[in-house]
Amino acid sequence: MRDSNFMQRLMQQRHAQNKSFFKMLHLDLPLLIGLILILAYGLIVLLSASNDSYTVFYKQLSRILLGFVVMFVCAQIPPEKYRLWVPWIYGLGVFLLVFVLLFGHTGKGAERWINLGLFRFQPSEFMKITVPIMVAWYLSEKSLPPKLKPLLISAGLMLVPALLIIKQPDLGTGLVIMIAGVGVVLFAGINWRWLLSLAGLVIVSIPVLWHFMHGYQRQRILTFLNPNRDPLGSGYHIIQSKIAIGSGGFWGKGWFHGTQSHLNFLPEHSTDFIFSVLGEEFGLVGATLLLLLYLYVVGRALTIAYRATDNFTRLIAGSLAFTFFLSVFVNIGMVCGILPVVGLPLPLISYGGTSVVTVLAGFGILMSINTHKRIVKQ
Amino acid sequence: MRSRDTFQDPYLLKRLFRQRLIAILFFILLLVILLISRLTYLQIFQHKYYTTLSNNNSISLVPLAPTRGLIYDRNGVLLAKNIPVYNLNIVPDQVNNLKQTIAGLRSFLPITDDDVKTFYRELSQKRSYQQVALKVKLTPTQVAQFAVNRYRFPGVDVKAALVRSYPFANDLVSVLGYVGRINAQDLQNLDPSNYAATNYAGKIGIEKYFESQLHGQVGYQEVETNSSGQEVRILKRIPPVHGDNIYLTIDSQLQEAALHAMHGARGSVVVVQPDTGQVLAMVSTPAYNPNVFVNGISTKNYRELQTSKDQPLFNRAIRGQYSFGSTIKVFLALEGLGGGYTTPGYSFFDPGYFVIGGQTFHDEAKNIWVNLVKAIEVSSDTYFYKLSLKMGINTMDAILQKFGFGQYSSIQMNEELPGLIASPAWKMKTEGKRWYAGDTINSSIGQGAMQTTPLQLASAVATLSKRGIGYQPTLLYKTIEPDGTADLAESVPRTPIIFKSWIWKTVIQGMINVIRGPKGTGWRFGKPSYSVAAKTGTAQVYSLHGEKYILANVPERLRDNSMFIAFAPVNKPKIAIAVVVQNSAAAPKVARQVLDYYLLQQNHLYTTNRTNPTPLTQGAPHA
Repeated sequence: MRDSNFMQRLMQQRHAQNKSFFKMLHLDLPLLIGLILILAYGLIVLLSASNDSYTVFYKQLSRILLGFVVMFVCAQIPPEKYRLWVPWIYGLGVFLLVFVLLFGHTGKGAERWINLGLFRFQPSEFMKITVPIMVAWYLSEKSLPPKLKPLLISAGLMLVPALLIIKQPDLGTGLVIMIAGVGVVLFAGINWRWLLSLAGLVIVSIPVLWHFMHGYQRQRILTFLNPNRDPLGSGYHIIQSKIAIGSGGFWGKGWFHGTQSHLNFLPEHSTDFIFSVLGEEFGLVGATLLLLLYLYVVGRALTIAYRATDNFTRLIAGSLAFTFFLSVFVNIGMVCGILPVVGLPLPLISYGGTSVVTVLAGFGILMSINTHKRIVKQ
Repeated sequence: MRSRDTFQDPYLLKRLFRQRLIAILFFILLLVILLISRLTYLQIFQHKYYTTLSNNNSISLVPLAPTRGLIYDRNGVLLAKNIPVYNLNIVPDQVNNLKQTIAGLRSFLPITDDDVKTFYRELSQKRSYQQVALKVKLTPTQVAQFAVNRYRFPGVDVKAALVRSYPFANDLVSVLGYVGRINAQDLQNLDPSNYAATNYAGKIGIEKYFESQLHGQVGYQEVETNSSGQEVRILKRIPPVHGDNIYLTIDSQLQEAALHAMHGARGSVVVVQPDTGQVLAMVSTPAYNPNVFVNGISTKNYRELQTSKDQPLFNRAIRGQYSFGSTIKVFLALEGLGGGYTTPGYSFFDPGYFVIGGQTFHDEAKNIWVNLVKAIEVSSDTYFYKLSLKMGINTMDAILQKFGFGQYSSIQMNEELPGLIASPAWKMKTEGKRWYAGDTINSSIGQGAMQTTPLQLASAVATLSKRGIGYQPTLLYKTIEPDGTADLAESVPRTPIIFKSWIWKTVIQGMINVIRGPKGTGWRFGKPSYSVAAKTGTAQVYSLHGEKYILANVPERLRDNSMFIAFAPVNKPKIAIAVVVQNSAAAPKVARQVLDYYLLQQNHLYTTNRTNPTPLTQGAPHA
């Protein structure tokens, strides 16, 4: 077994020599190609969704370029450095969340942004990758599979920021962070039985959660169960979004020919509901193509996790891949009416800066993990 | 190197991790399949259905704002109404370049920087398909100017709307409060669907307290639109339900009379109807004009109001927490007799000072024999120093509590403050010091930490005037729902305060002598033709540390506050009043003017309406 491992590593090194250019830059070509394809697809949809607004297009393009710079930088930093920095970055993130609650800028009834002069920054998006990394960092230092005490501390590590985010109020991001945290614990090898009892606990705590929800959040869930009860509010989103997707059919209505978005029936069609524009204009074919691209990127990320050489990088890579997929699933699930409308962007596609930059930063870390492998001392 | 127990074996761990990875991959595949099947269902099997919907989807829903309920006084005088105005609205989603559009509009319409600022603030709180007002209250000329240029500005439109207006301006702001543009904070407590078309919500006062009743229910209309999103015709209309009309217990004429009686001084007048607890007037001066708040006051004007030394925004009637001054004595006197701490016959020679523990408490030299009635008439501090030491602070606090001091009066105002009943426990908690006899003595003449709001004082006087049968003060007379149903508000009785009738009589005799007695401290009030019971009070704003108080030597804003409480007529009280005038001795004169107005001058057109005691269901003798 050890011999085969050694051989495998040798093979990898030889393989890497062939791609020495990307290896030198610490980039992962398959991942990079997948990301570029998704981003390009997203820009094409965005151009139509924003009613042919080049201002929106170039703004998003510049954010994507910024995201690539950040990704590149993140890829250069070896995982050992992350190991040192993670707690500080996490602490900074929690601080920013408290800050945003106290002094944040308000958009659509929620305090999510910090104004940095040139641009506005959304700490909750940033925490979407920081929290799972923090839990991964913490658990990788403990003996695995984790015992009860580390598990409880991990729960605390994800609950504090998640509750701060829910307080903003941004229920969607808060829940994604919690589920992402559960994903890390799963990768860390927690017993399935524990996980099932946790799921049981969650179901039991739903009434408690209900109690802490804002009026509008309750409304959204009630409306999810019956969209017609609130045709002017969030029910309107779901109804119009389903009409957009459904009327797209197999081939779609064609680029720039989506009536739902162009006649403004579909609200928030460049941000949270951009997938409905895609579904309307490119049909089942286009939607499935995007899902396959996502699947490819997630698959590549999981491969990196599979090949990672130590607990820390394994857990980080696994959790980043899982969180990314989770955001995709929740957004598309919400847009096509199988999950409640919680206000969550579609990663790499939705108009919005913080999301693109943090998602790409996460992939930068994945690339760093893949290209900074150390020889494990036996 | 790590120990090789089973769980720490890196190879086993790796295998476990990889197992989990594969499990998660399957989970992910499952979810992707779920999504694709859902999409297939929507896009293949339901395709026809949704295509039909999409083709018919030239219909959009436009929310219609309900008309805000009106506010009247008890006699049906309109206090808050809605006036039609034309607003310039923008739907951001339908505008190509917002900056250019606004600049274009500014080239021929007088849109101020403040307007633009307000617009952007509101924009950030709304969804981009909702309209936001850029300029409110366009003149007919401006409407015409825009109409000519309308084709240049897609997504911009002039819409008629109703805006709140307060015809009495300053006079009733201490009661009504005002409405303002809805902000993010308001939205947290409002149902966004019901407020989809509403721009204003109550910010303070009655407007805020009764927001849900006044607002009404949103309606909507289904509108057919053309390909550029403009309305072609209305297909269906579900009209909004307008808000409830609210009648307040306020008598707007009396309110105005009370405001004028203040002659521009800082302070407050509260008038309560003893039979019901209904507040007839509630004045806080100086007042301000609520109309400027409706469409967003400019930062400069707001700062002026906020930083003004006179604090016009401060509602003294419910938030002003003043020292009682000597008005506290009548409440203590009741318990003094009732608890057997003193008798009507007990008297002593008042030398004008009182010594305890080496500390001398001064009083204006009276040099007369005082009993309880006399002590109230001349406001003898020495008498109450002695009485308080017999009663003790806890007994004093208990009777003040029964009269409603130190607690929220449950008036329909969210901003109300509770005042304060000082106690040994309170002092320990706030100052970490124990309670001294000197504190009790100070409290007995209403100095020290004890605080009351003018509303609490007026309400307590009303209870006293009815010999202990009091009601919670209220501002709500009745509400009238859109279908015409009237809902008369009922008075809520307080726990009755039980004393023998001679005790009430004795204390009230003292209060009568304040006005009629040879040495009555209420001389500034004068001697009216009706019977009246009263008590004066003076509260130090600034301690002179033993120096003599010479009016001319004290800067105006450090001069004593004057307090005055009264009810009239004595045997069948129709009105109870509390007046606070800051840094001036004018309180009795103000009270006289208000009582005269109510009992003598006011044209009694509405007498039937005025005394309208709500039948008591609890504890009524015939029940």
